Amino acid sequence: MNIHNAAQIISFLAALVLLCAFGMLVQRRMYGLIHLFAWQGLFLSISTAVVGFVAGKHHLYISSVLTLSLKVVLLPYILHVLIQRLKIQKEVETVVNVPMTMLIGIVLVIFSYHLTAPVREISTLVTRSVLAIALATVMIGLLMMITRRHAVTQIIGFLAMENGLFFAATSATYGMPLVVELGVALDVLIAAFIFGIFFFHIHTTFDSLDVEQMARLKEGD
Amino acid sequence: MMLLILLGVPLFAAVVLAFVGDRKYAAEINILGSALNFAAGLGLAFQVYLEGPSLAAGKFFFVDAFNVYLAVLTSFVSMTTAVFSRRYMRREREHGRVGHMGMRFYHAMFQVFIFAMLLCLLTNNVGVLWIAMELATLSTVLLVSLYRTPTAIEAAWKYFILCGVGIAQALFGTVLLYFAAEKVLGEGGDALLWTNLSLVSDKLEPTVLSLAFVFLMVGYGTKVGLVPLHNWLPDAHSEGPTPISAVLSGLLLNVALYALVRCKVLVDGSTGTHHAGDIMMGFGLLSILVAAFSLLRQKDIKRMFSYSSIEHMGIATFAFGLGGPIATFGGLLHMLVHSLAKSSIFFTVGHASQMHRTQEMDRIKGLIKGNPLVGWGLMFGVMAIVGMPPFGVFTSEFLILTATIKDAPLLTPFLLLGLAVAFAALFRKVQPMVSGEVPSYQKPMTVANLPVLLHMALVLIIGIYMPDFLNQWFHIAVELLK
Repeated sequence: MNIHNAAQIISFLAALVLLCAFGMLVQRRMYGLIHLFAWQGLFLSISTAVVGFVAGKHHLYISSVLTLSLKVVLLPYILHVLIQRLKIQKEVETVVNVPMTMLIGIVLVIFSYHLTAPVREISTLVTRSVLAIALATVMIGLLMMITRRHAVTQIIGFLAMENGLFFAATSATYGMPLVVELGVALDVLIAAFIFGIFFFHIHTTFDSLDVEQMARLKEGD
Repeated sequence: MMLLILLGVPLFAAVVLAFVGDRKYAAEINILGSALNFAAGLGLAFQVYLEGPSLAAGKFFFVDAFNVYLAVLTSFVSMTTAVFSRRYMRREREHGRVGHMGMRFYHAMFQVFIFAMLLCLLTNNVGVLWIAMELATLSTVLLVSLYRTPTAIEAAWKYFILCGVGIAQALFGTVLLYFAAEKVLGEGGDALLWTNLSLVSDKLEPTVLSLAFVFLMVGYGTKVGLVPLHNWLPDAHSEGPTPISAVLSGLLLNVALYALVRCKVLVDGSTGTHHAGDIMMGFGLLSILVAAFSLLRQKDIKRMFSYSSIEHMGIATFAFGLGGPIATFGGLLHMLVHSLAKSSIFFTVGHASQMHRTQEMDRIKGLIKGNPLVGWGLMFGVMAIVGMPPFGVFTSEFLILTATIKDAPLLTPFLLLGLAVAFAALFRKVQPMVSGEVPSYQKPMTVANLPVLLHMALVLIIGIYMPDFLNQWFHIAVELLK
């Protein structure tokens, strides 16, 4: 596989990652969201492996396997189980309507390209063109957390952000040092357990996972 | 060697406490662990005092004049907080606010939290710093929701989400920093070490670093509690158990600011401008003003003092942003004295709210008559925190103000306005609580004297006479941060 082909494959996978991010913005059903998240993780994992192969960086294979097991298998599984236990089927309404969120998403992508322009110019890596997409994925995850009122969707947005960050690490540089990547993965895993516990606490205390109900702590009451 | 012991003790204590659980002597083990930790901290300080900065475990950990005093401070305040929490948490247990599992979790997580903060301070690796910061958040999220009330869960959720999002931005900043660093230092873990980065900061690509700093500022600034990223802070402080409020306010905010200042030094070294400092000054000043005016309308006592923390973190951030030897010295000193004074205030606030079974300030009255130590402790604590001489906060605020008049005279009125409003607001609110007759619903109780007295004595001593070794460290740190 020569460099030129590899760059095209990576760009293609990056496009798919971004597509998943937009899909998550639109998707209302819980299971659909989790599947999209798993797909995003899969594309991420494949692209990491491709980068590792082209650049001859073998520690990226470890990151790739880590992503595969954590973000494609384990986290979606945990979310599945939680949703079944808590009997959540459909999501509540979004704060901003769907076409509007899509438009904001597009603006965010353009903004990301603009912001990362200086970095792309001085980079010599095969992967430099996808840094903007990585940042856009982070921003769209953030947008999702803002526009959704459901605790589970907020968490999926959070994890999608984490995907974007991981993607940034493999595209801006050929992956962070291994100790850092392992540590980040550990933190994500701990966070997963904590939000699992949280869902149960919120569910038993508020009788639903709509975070709109959590508005007691306000200023100047 | 001492450095590794300092990191190892809290981790070991956490494991032990997870097994000990809710037994009678759990609180004593917690105190013992923290005391050992403080002893190790003193050992490390002594070592740095004699031999200067050093590395440990290859190049993985390092200690210099900047992080050593924060590490000792962290181990000291965690020890006094452990002493305070023994009685406090026992009473909460008797009142049925915490259960069996809750206590086990509380003790173990307290130690994990201390470990995470020490790791933040002592690690040489920017990436590990980020991981430890996230760990510090994660270990305290479920402590904030320990009481399982609807408001506590809401506060913890907010804390989890906002700090999670914020810290994610910091990771992006770290990736960009690594991108710039590996061009100069080559690939691998070495490119993320502070000790290497600070040597080559002038060779790092300025455009990338200024972009990275924006993300780092938003990320770590969220954890420092700077306005407008501060929304999680008052909620988390007011709803969690008081010992946790004390360590969050006194220690975690400092640690986050430490990370920010380290990044700022690199960015300024690379760009050769004062760009990063200006951003920090803006955030700092905004925090001072917004927090000072928010103080005026608080009803909940812990909430009020958490706004005071935002104000003081704003002052320190402003000072580091301003730069220059006097302001930086003032900022370093301010981190130290604010941490001591604020955690002492939270101790007395915890006692006061337990005596009245409420956190509403309208219902807290007659503290001096009811319990002189709590009453006077709160009064002197507030006098210290608003910057009355001869307490240490006066010294640091005076230094920062002097530097502002010299370097940024146009900002002086805003800074003074913030300080004056905070002064008036805190005094107006605290006066009715400490004075007056004892209300019928106030319950007398025995309190932990030692932590409050120790903290106030230290703040007073630093205000009157700055110990030589501290002075020396601060001067070296000022050189490092230039």
